[in-house]
Amino acid sequence: MEFRFTEEQEMIRATAETFLAELSTSAAVRAAMVTERGYDPALWQRMCADMCWQAMHIPEEYGGLGLGYVELVATLEQMGRYLLCSPFYATVCLAANALLVAATDAQKRHYLPQLAAGTTGTLAFTGSSGRWDAATVEVTCTPEGDGYRLRGSYRYVPDGHTAQLLVCAARAPGSEGEAGISLFVIAADTPGISRQWLPTMDQTRRQAQLVFDDVLVPAAALLGEAGEGWLPLARIIDLATVAIAADQVGGAQQSLDMTLAYLQERVQFGRVIASYQAVKHKAADMMVRAEAGRSAIYYAACIADEALAGGPLGRELAEAASIAKAYCSDAYFFNAGCGIQLHGGVGFTAEYDIQLYFKRAKSTETFLGNGAWHRERLARLLLDGPAPAAVTEALA
Amino acid sequence: MKLSCSAADEQFRQEVAAWLAANLCGEFESVRYRGGPGDEHSCVGERKAWERRLHQGGWTGLGWPREYGGRGASIEQQVIFNEEYARAGGPGRIGHIGETLAGPTLIAFGTQEQKARYLPGILRGEDFWCQGYSEPSAGSDLANVKTRARFDPDRRQWCITGQKVWTSLAHEAQYCFVIARTDPASVGHRGLGFFLLAMDQAGIEVRPIEQLTGTSEFNEVFFDEAVCGENDIVGAPGDGWQVAMGLLGFERGVSTLGQQMLFQNEFDEVLRIARENGAATDPAIRQRIADAHVGLRIMRFNSMRMLSGGGDDGSLSREAMIYKLYWATWHRNLGKLAMDVLGPESEILDDAPYALNRLQSLYLFTRSDTIYGGTNQIQRNIIAERALGMPREPRG
Repeated sequence: MEFRFTEEQEMIRATAETFLAELSTSAAVRAAMVTERGYDPALWQRMCADMCWQAMHIPEEYGGLGLGYVELVATLEQMGRYLLCSPFYATVCLAANALLVAATDAQKRHYLPQLAAGTTGTLAFTGSSGRWDAATVEVTCTPEGDGYRLRGSYRYVPDGHTAQLLVCAARAPGSEGEAGISLFVIAADTPGISRQWLPTMDQTRRQAQLVFDDVLVPAAALLGEAGEGWLPLARIIDLATVAIAADQVGGAQQSLDMTLAYLQERVQFGRVIASYQAVKHKAADMMVRAEAGRSAIYYAACIADEALAGGPLGRELAEAASIAKAYCSDAYFFNAGCGIQLHGGVGFTAEYDIQLYFKRAKSTETFLGNGAWHRERLARLLLDGPAPAAVTEALA
Repeated sequence: MKLSCSAADEQFRQEVAAWLAANLCGEFESVRYRGGPGDEHSCVGERKAWERRLHQGGWTGLGWPREYGGRGASIEQQVIFNEEYARAGGPGRIGHIGETLAGPTLIAFGTQEQKARYLPGILRGEDFWCQGYSEPSAGSDLANVKTRARFDPDRRQWCITGQKVWTSLAHEAQYCFVIARTDPASVGHRGLGFFLLAMDQAGIEVRPIEQLTGTSEFNEVFFDEAVCGENDIVGAPGDGWQVAMGLLGFERGVSTLGQQMLFQNEFDEVLRIARENGAATDPAIRQRIADAHVGLRIMRFNSMRMLSGGGDDGSLSREAMIYKLYWATWHRNLGKLAMDVLGPESEILDDAPYALNRLQSLYLFTRSDTIYGGTNQIQRNIIAERALGMPREPRG
């Protein structure tokens, strides 16, 4: 069985760890998170020029490195661990994935090299309903002339106020649910788009509101078939879900590691508090969650690779993504919450970084559906679908 | 990192499945799915005959070296065998203590004479073993063994006196391996010996322990000047702890996927009932069923990591260290979920006086999962101390 990193993958993971430990320090995170932009453009350029991270899983024919989702997930895990403030997730895990899944070859040739070279992007699909399924799409698209007229607003769009390229979902007027949805790729400075930063409790991840006031887009901006956008969008969301779960595992691990470091130096009643069994057992429970979460994202990453390559196991993507997101959301929240508790009073201060993890745990938990949402998705698969034997077969 | 297995292993899987399909039928149809944890007392005669059938098929001593009559199967093949065995409903293995504990210990630490004398009977499915470790005052604190071994120089034999407890299958076994104190002045893990005793002798009395299930998988075993030959000690007097602990390294997780197949069978039963009795429409039950599914899938991913070569240096990897705590807790929760899915019907027995159905037995028996083989509390100590490097508990 080869369910472990190859030497090359381990090298990519270790390089990411070294790079981020040096450049996404507590001071760097705290400097970036109070700006409206939300990230340091110089660091973005280094990630692109020195590390080629934006190009990582984009195929070579579209200007990328042609690596896989496993490499991407290994890197995202480190980004979560070091609280990286960056439009990387929005650009690579939302916009690039959207193009990989839904774009024509010509569209890929046009846009993917731009993203690989450092253009920022994101995916806009969520309205104000707070849902993460097809019903969330509220913006409408009406055929007009050679193209479409888009009207409505998006909320909770990652880095939506700074992204240069937008992939957006819109629905035919009067359509409901999964029907009538189309995907478009457009420049963010297209006339009629106004964008507003939404200040957030977790300051390490940016969100924005986008208002489309009669935005006219050409037919060439359409990704795939008009009205048939839900299936590709669902796949894009699943890929993005795997990616955010990787960020969560990194955060869950770092919550444990930084708490351990504190426990080993804090002395009460004449001994380090790491020596108390009540404290040790909590730390052990945190490690169980970090390790089990890691197993879940590595598996989901392998499935994502299959899905992007059109392999047979790709059909498991929705399930693997929900398993990873359900578990890792709860694991990160548990670890960050325990982290504050085990830090005692200083855990409640702004000075110690554990509070930043606690906030990122919550924002990533909510984003793309929390544990309960993904468990209900799995419950539908297990309980509402075909007979049990067939389900078992499908999941085996 | 990849998920597929080699063509040779796939062929091996088919070979195992075909053999099981051709043999686990007819006279053995009645033992399918029987004799597992919580049911070890059932169908003993048939399951002993089944061990001999397994031997005829060349399936005993699967991982043992060929020079000792084993099959010399790789870790992957052992995993595959266990998985297919469980999938086919293979009965609980009465021979497993001999095959996975006694045999490997003798192969690693035994003399040529001991190997020649004891290994063939284990392989043939004729000699069954039990394990004499725990004592009333040596549970989690296993090194606190009080059973004494005295060498009688006149008769050239060892005389064992003391009491063991929680001894599975003691009433069915021909042999028992026992750790006992060779140096009466010693304490803790020093001064112990590892002995091989025939069970059929006047100095040994087996008394079943009636459990909260009403059945008796476990026994107390009383030794009153029980004897074994001077050559029936493995290693030297004083080496018993090292020999006993050497056993723990042999398991290596090969049975984990088979164990998970049993869990899957149980989970499928819970799913089936939930769909039939309407529990599947209860949102709280749906959440818990999905959570159990997430837990079981991640258990599998975790094992895949474990089996892909963590701990090449002989030490346990982090994912291996969480395994016992993780599965035991998951399984115990499944037992409770099963009762809650059954609703009021969960109270109704199959028959008086106390015939539990399969899920009731699961519910009650899984209370032992988080106790035997190292309680959850001991597991958390081990994780905190060995994996996280937190200070060791003071030992009296």
